Amino acid sequence: MSIEQGEAIRISNPPESGEQPRSLGAGLTRERVVSILSPLALLLLWEGLVRTRVLDVRFFPAPSQVLGTLVSLNLSGELPQDVLISLSRIAAGFALGAGAGIALGLMMGVSRVIRAAVNPLVGTIYPIPKIAILPLVMLIFGLGEPSKYVIVAIGVFFLVLLNTAAGVMNIEKIYLDVGRNFGARRSDVLLTIALPGALPFIFTGLRLGWGTGLLLIVAAEFISARSGIGYLIWTSWQTFAVEEMYVGLITISALGLISFALFDVLERWLIPWKT
Amino acid sequence: MSASLQKSELQTGERIVGPPRPLLKAKITVRHLRKTFPLGSGTLKALHDIELSIAGGEFCCIVGPSGCGKTTLLRILAGLEEPTAGEVEIEPSGSGRPLNSMVFQEQSVFPWLTVEGNVGYGLRMRRVPRQRRRQIVRSYLAMVGLEGFATAYPYQLSGGMKQRVVVARALANDPEVLLMDEPFVSLDEQTKIVLQGELLRIWESARKTVVFITHSIDEAVLLGDRVVVMTARPGRIKAEVAIPLPRPRSVYELKSSPEYGLLVGQVWSLLRDEVLVKDGARMP
Repeated sequence: MSIEQGEAIRISNPPESGEQPRSLGAGLTRERVVSILSPLALLLLWEGLVRTRVLDVRFFPAPSQVLGTLVSLNLSGELPQDVLISLSRIAAGFALGAGAGIALGLMMGVSRVIRAAVNPLVGTIYPIPKIAILPLVMLIFGLGEPSKYVIVAIGVFFLVLLNTAAGVMNIEKIYLDVGRNFGARRSDVLLTIALPGALPFIFTGLRLGWGTGLLLIVAAEFISARSGIGYLIWTSWQTFAVEEMYVGLITISALGLISFALFDVLERWLIPWKT
Repeated sequence: MSASLQKSELQTGERIVGPPRPLLKAKITVRHLRKTFPLGSGTLKALHDIELSIAGGEFCCIVGPSGCGKTTLLRILAGLEEPTAGEVEIEPSGSGRPLNSMVFQEQSVFPWLTVEGNVGYGLRMRRVPRQRRRQIVRSYLAMVGLEGFATAYPYQLSGGMKQRVVVARALANDPEVLLMDEPFVSLDEQTKIVLQGELLRIWESARKTVVFITHSIDEAVLLGDRVVVMTARPGRIKAEVAIPLPRPRSVYELKSSPEYGLLVGQVWSLLRDEVLVKDGARMP
């Protein structure tokens, strides 16, 4: 009787404490393995279907062919150059649009008058697909670089503006009371309460804006550029270089993934109080 | 309506209970204060003809049933709300110090500033140089027992620690009048007793003019030189009770003393009717 009890305790104790994390860890690695395997399996299936001629190679080149093109475009320096030029266009437009969006968004959030003045304008212009404005932008700013910056800036501006204003209006009123009671001036309220308080929302706007920037730069480069990822995709269509087109698509996808990961890092660094 | 009429009306009522307090120069004077808020198509009467005089260096507690407008009164004193009628006067000492600082509730701590940034906020707004600011902040952090937490963010602190930050933020600003809006309301009982004790210790050494809003009769009697009782909405001043308990006070000793119990009972008897009015109920 007493031996049985002693054994029961001995058996139930150590495995319980040891097994729990192990099985959890095993579950995590299993998930990780699955999430790596599933895209690999799809690529393998794709490769197989192309080789057995089930898929039309004119539309769906085999992943191995695309990989080969990716390597050769990199070695020739063509792809890095296109990536750089597209990124610099987005970055310039993004800086313009985000800067203006944050500044005006903060003022909209703080001042009812500015909100009343700006809201109808934003409400009217925001719903227009930004691509529809592209011809007008090209008409005004020409076919060169400025029109690319401007179209990206417009797309980024509205998203950042609306999110910033919403972020400021979401700030608890008690913080504004504290500011007033401690003698904060208008510029103090903007910089020490509105801006930091709205930062989480502002980041949402920046992320959305960056995604829109990617979309708009590709569209702009389709129409009026001699370089950039959009140009790469467009010319590969015109020359029926399907592998190159796929390389362009993969590159954009990679750019998106990497930049959003960088946004996460930046956010953790700029908003250390966010739990 | 004449002022003298108002005064005599109040004096024939239950104005002063307990021994009269010494006549000191009024630091805060509130005359015929009214406040109404627009509510739907009509208005809500929050405060009705408040008359109040608070002496320099006095610790004045204001109690009243919830919704009686005591927080509104404090917000008007803090300049966060405009009176509908009447006037509020805080006599400046001419020292150039800020006239008042509010000890808000715990959730008023800025989450995006460190403890140091929060406590030094008022000084920063007054453009006190960084080095000087740091010195002042450090001394107040030590006073409220938060040394070592200067660079922590509020999410890393407990509720009691955040409330210490709020108290230190107001104290570091060195105002002539300290306005406190139920600062301990969201704290657990033990933390509350500890912080009440610390507030007593700090106040007894600094002797600032304090207006302290609370719904807790215990707290009001424990801390105050005088307890002002407000009526149910629209808030008026129903009575005042002087608290002649000796200082320095100890939370633990006071709570078991008979005088303390008597005073709490006295304030409760004044407040009871107002609470019943508010709840529309009748209790034996």
